[in-house]
Amino acid sequence: MTVTTTGDLPDEVYDVAIVGAGVVGSAIARELAGHRLRIALLEASDDVGNGTSKANTAILHTGFDATPDTLEARLVRDGHRRLNAYATEAGIPVERLGALLAAWDTEQLAALPALAEKAVRNGCHETRILGADAVYAREPRLGPGALGALHVPGESVICPWTTTLAYATQAVRAGVHLHLHCAVRAVTTGEPHEVATTRGVLRTRHLVNAAGLYADEIDRLLGHTEFRVTPRRGQLIVFDKFARGLVNHILLPVPTALGKGVLVAPTVYGNVLLGPTAEDLDDKQATGSTAEGLALLREKGARIMPELLDEEVTAVYAGLRAATGHGDYRIRAHPEQRYVTVGGIRSTGLTASLAIAAHVAELLTGCGLDPGPARKLEPVRMPNIGEAFPRPYQRADLIAADPAYGTVVCHCERVTRGEIRDALTSTVPPGSLGGLQRRTRALGGRCQGFSCGAAVRAQFEAHGGPGAPPRTPGTAPKEVRR
Amino acid sequence: MTTPTEPATAAPGRRPRTVDVLVVGAGPAGLAVAARLAAAGLDRVEVLDRERHAGGIPRHCHHTGFGLRDLRRMMNGPDYARHHIATALRAGARLRTGVTATGWAGPRTLDTTGPGGLERITARAVVLATGARERPRDARLVPGDRPAGVLTTGGLQQAVHVHHQTVGRRAVVVGAEHISYSAVLTLRHAGAEVAAMVTALPHHQTVSAFDIGARLRRPFPLLTDTTVTGLTGRGRLDGVRVRHRDGRTATIACDTVVFTGDWIPDHELARSAGIALDHGTRGPAADTEFRTGEPGVFAVGNLLHPVETADVAALDGRFAAGPVLRHLTDGRWPADPLPVRVRAPLRWIAPNRIDPDGPRPPLDRFTLRTAAFLTRPVLTVRQDGRTLHRRWVPRTVAPARPLHLGADWIASADPRGGPVLIAVD
Ligand SMILES: Cc1cc2nc3c(=O)[nH]c(=O)nc-3n(C[C@H](O)[C@H](O)[C@H](O)COP(=O)(O)OP(=O)(O)OC[C@H]3O[C@@H](n4cnc5c(N)ncnc54)[C@H](O)[C@@H]3O)c2cc1C
Ligand SMILES: Cc1cc2nc3c(=O)[nH]c(=O)nc-3n(C[C@H](O)[C@H](O)[C@H](O)COP(=O)(O)OP(=O)(O)OC[C@H]3O[C@@H](n4cnc5c(N)ncnc54)[C@H](O)[C@@H]3O)c2cc1C
Repeated sequence: MTVTTTGDLPDEVYDVAIVGAGVVGSAIARELAGHRLRIALLEASDDVGNGTSKANTAILHTGFDATPDTLEARLVRDGHRRLNAYATEAGIPVERLGALLAAWDTEQLAALPALAEKAVRNGCHETRILGADAVYAREPRLGPGALGALHVPGESVICPWTTTLAYATQAVRAGVHLHLHCAVRAVTTGEPHEVATTRGVLRTRHLVNAAGLYADEIDRLLGHTEFRVTPRRGQLIVFDKFARGLVNHILLPVPTALGKGVLVAPTVYGNVLLGPTAEDLDDKQATGSTAEGLALLREKGARIMPELLDEEVTAVYAGLRAATGHGDYRIRAHPEQRYVTVGGIRSTGLTASLAIAAHVAELLTGCGLDPGPARKLEPVRMPNIGEAFPRPYQRADLIAADPAYGTVVCHCERVTRGEIRDALTSTVPPGSLGGLQRRTRALGGRCQGFSCGAAVRAQFEAHGGPGAPPRTPGTAPKEVRR
Repeated sequence: MTTPTEPATAAPGRRPRTVDVLVVGAGPAGLAVAARLAAAGLDRVEVLDRERHAGGIPRHCHHTGFGLRDLRRMMNGPDYARHHIATALRAGARLRTGVTATGWAGPRTLDTTGPGGLERITARAVVLATGARERPRDARLVPGDRPAGVLTTGGLQQAVHVHHQTVGRRAVVVGAEHISYSAVLTLRHAGAEVAAMVTALPHHQTVSAFDIGARLRRPFPLLTDTTVTGLTGRGRLDGVRVRHRDGRTATIACDTVVFTGDWIPDHELARSAGIALDHGTRGPAADTEFRTGEPGVFAVGNLLHPVETADVAALDGRFAAGPVLRHLTDGRWPADPLPVRVRAPLRWIAPNRIDPDGPRPPLDRFTLRTAAFLTRPVLTVRQDGRTLHRRWVPRTVAPARPLHLGADWIASADPRGGPVLIAVD
């Protein structure tokens, strides 16, 4: 099993190198790992899923509202089916809550039948239009004034962090080399291609560009200028777990010309999300929140569910969608360069990830890659961090076998010493406290480290962290990133 | 004390146990109530704490100033914690650390998790003493980047005093109350410089001696009438953006920011039992005898009033022992006490339920907090438009500092009337 964080890259020729270990790149690596190929997954940051894939609204979409006959519509529908099945197998938390698109005025109400029809064209046949009474019977805390809603039973919430991690873990266990802290800077095409990275040169026959917000820049390195990524920021507010009881469904707005709008949705961790905003920016690193953005969300939230705003806020974050100005994904093969671009995976990439991966594998074959016979991947079983399933602190059997699972370290999220230890020694270990949080929930709760911050940090640092030299006890550790 | 306890219901893998009184939280309040109950002869008084060490917050407050009101002497936090632990143990209370109460299986039955396994503990009375914490940055909706170097005082103190970790070199302290000055001391202990202290209020809210003491030898600017409008820094914090009341803005360069004060009780267990909270304190609504809305469940300490000093929390524990013992004997629980509410700029009052025919609160007074500075305010107590009491406070009252109101008027309230309302006239 190979995960590297420092030093030169292996001196070998890979069959495929994938740039970007987001949910898309990791899914592609996992898909290709189902064949005897030498594969490298290159990631600029210190962890998988550290870009857009860590900061979204975490919905496993049915694709009911996609633009019919687009590639995105097809891959979202296919991805929904694949990821649902995969989540069951890998232990990724998913809750099939269903969505309600509440209509707040007559115009929105009038739009529902067309949406239902569109859903049918997208292969989603289960939707139903509900009258106001039926809506309030299902969502008693919904703000006053809803006239009706479209019910989409298949919409689900999922854990985006475990998803990316499951893909990467399975890929690495199957022999994929994951190289972290490894940003691609230049590409010299040839037989093989020479990919210049911050950690030296890597040689590969085929190249896949899954660099998310930077997919256009990687594309340009290979001479393509077909699209430009303009980040579209989405700010979100995470409400306390006590808000979870207020909401039963994913409450989607009725889409308008201005985009998808602000939703209220439970998370699998038992919180409630309010967001996202949609702001077009130039800066691909602008993942900060703004006073205006938060004010807008609170204003919208007050309409959808007034009681929600009385609850405490646990966290605020923002993600950047890779918008391109095109109405569809920008997935394209360049057979002459043995190169595939996976760009413009806008706001549905989590859902579509497995379908995108299968599609890319086909495109690579079209680029001359001979994948050889398929083999069955060793199944993975990920630690559960969802609230709908038993967590270690609730399991007498685990604690009896190992008391570390009975030692709660992070109190708000009830994360145990055993789980933190397991994450630190896992196939793809976290490179930062933020990474540890995404694997275990530690530090992600309402107190944001008031009670456990120092203890969690101590356990992280005692372990050294991947790539870090072992610490001599008693020396002051370096400050680490949250 | 002969009321039989019903046996705890069995659950797979959970060891059922019964005790007389289960105290959740081994801070000053929980330890003090347990010590008194055990000293009064109760056999099975058990105190749980989820931390590996008992003592609560004082464990990591390494400065002096503890114990004045309850022990009549001054000591530092860890010594103060040790004193209360020793007192509880000596009295015969059972202290179990590393054990978290995770939820309820019945009205007075709690589920717990510890390295020794899962338990289901049924008690004749439960005392919640789970304390309070500071609202972190996100909960205050401070926008901007999400860099490292963002702390609360509690997080800072544990990092520095319990785990001996480094913090940054230059810090901004948000807030200017007692705790904010504790944060200054801890930052200096850790070798960090204080770039500024920022408060949206017009003055600091500590005693002047504290403020002068902290700023005399190593001065730092106290920016009053100033709000924090954002954090900047990718990776590590590099600045705190502020806006003064007159609209001027600035960015203070720093690598650490400590959000102090702005308290919220750790009310998870109380709330998950369905116990009504008080809108002002956000802790369980409780009467003058520390009774919550749930029969047999008491609450003490900062859970009821976020926050008072540690000695006040300990006194709560001491005062609560009597009511707990009485309840174990007579089983009485008032059906519908009168709510006591405050009007802005007052923020909360504790206790916040009264029985006009019942006892007055300990020390014969209520504690209040205000959100704004009040100069020589007149407090008025009314019920259904009828004035029960008026009192002139001959000084300036600062937010984050206690304001006391005598309890003489309680008996004049109508038990069948509407809520009692306290306002500043
Ligand atoms: C607010 C918001 C809400 C969303 N909600 C949903 C939702 O509910 N459901 C859903 O399905 N989707 C949702 N999405 C979309 C989904 O999050 C994205 O489509 C998906 O995460 C994209 O994954 P990715 O792998 O393409 O990109 P990323 O996760 O950004 O991964 C790209 C990776 O490439 C790396 N990289 C970049 N340049 C280089 C380089 N030069 N060298 C090496 N590595 C490089 C980056 O570090 C990064 O890790 C949402 C997105 C946002 C922003
Ligand atoms: C950061 C900070 C600094 C302070 N500095 C000072 C100071 O300098 N001087 C001063 O006089 N006062 C200070 N105070 C106030 C003082 O610490 C408190 O008033 C006092 O500690 C309150 O006592 P308590 O028993 O109510 O709660 P705490 O001391 O907070 O104790 C609560 C205990 O409950 C435990 N607990 C919570 N939930 C559970 C559960 N579900 N299961 C098991 N255990 C649980 C916690 O682990 C904790 O040990 C400070 C407070 C804070 C937060």
